[in-house]
Amino acid sequence: MNRILLFVPLAIFAVTLVYFGLGLRQDPSAIPSQMIDRPLPAFDLAGLEAGDPGLSNTDLLGQVSLLNVFGSWCPPCAIEHPMLMQISRSGRVPIYGVDWRDEPGAGAAWLARHGNPYSRVGDDAQGRLAIDLGITGAPETFLVDAEGRVRHHHVGIITEDVWRNTLLPMIEELERS
Amino acid sequence: MRLAPFIVFALSLLVVAPGHAVAAPQPDEQMEDAALEERARGLYRDLRCVVCQSQSIDESNAPLAADMRAIVRERLLAGDSDSEVRGWLQARYGDYVLMSPPVQGNTILLWLFPLLALGGGGVAIVIFFRGQSARADAPLDADEAAELARLRDEEGQA
Repeated sequence: MNRILLFVPLAIFAVTLVYFGLGLRQDPSAIPSQMIDRPLPAFDLAGLEAGDPGLSNTDLLGQVSLLNVFGSWCPPCAIEHPMLMQISRSGRVPIYGVDWRDEPGAGAAWLARHGNPYSRVGDDAQGRLAIDLGITGAPETFLVDAEGRVRHHHVGIITEDVWRNTLLPMIEELERS
Repeated sequence: MRLAPFIVFALSLLVVAPGHAVAAPQPDEQMEDAALEERARGLYRDLRCVVCQSQSIDESNAPLAADMRAIVRERLLAGDSDSEVRGWLQARYGDYVLMSPPVQGNTILLWLFPLLALGGGGVAIVIFFRGQSARADAPLDADEAAELARLRDEEGQA
């Protein structure tokens, strides 16, 4: 009996080791999204420049689309940008942009310099929509179905791999149903 | 004596660098209504900055934390109760946005663990000392009695 008790601390240590070991494999900055399967909040953002149509939640109805949150101040967004251009050129799905917390004119200048992959862009200078969407950083992208419901929330850069193995299969699935 | 300047320097650091984080809200974030401002400050401390993670939005200078504070003020002005304000952000960022996790199924172990550890440790200590005193009071068995008698005899002869 006492012999067995001697091994209790070792057993507790082993259990803790496994538990924390598994914890280390998780990304602590990834917060589970609350948006999945919920309709987009109602919004109506101005365009980046005078004469731009801007972006409202009703623009995303009727077709599967991507809603991408970016900013000219955001280095990872510049890394992601060529992939968005490629998706845009392929014409597979429309991409809508939310320019998050940018100085006036900075977003438009950035798009003029790097190219504009977005069907429409809204200016979220105050960052209100970003919080409504539960954004923690840029870039983040939502996959939105034809009814305007969020089906997937991707935090971080859309790489070739994310596009081909995550987003594209989900888009095909949504378009089939 | 050589130490004196260092001690003065070390003490001055205490004055210059406060141990606790200085509140981040800027003067222009002050609400006009003092009662609302007090509630706002309480809520800032309850809500987590989702980009800085181990700071509340009261402590964080992050732009997103400033935006979240602006929303707290806006909700308060709209007449929301404190729990409605927390709920508004919780609906968007999940339980994670609350500095203290709510007591519910998946957090019950977290909340109860200190009590369990204290109780378990207490029980272990009681069992340990009971065992010790029980052993001390137990009557001697035959071998022990013989050994004791032998030692006594040796002592008697000495």
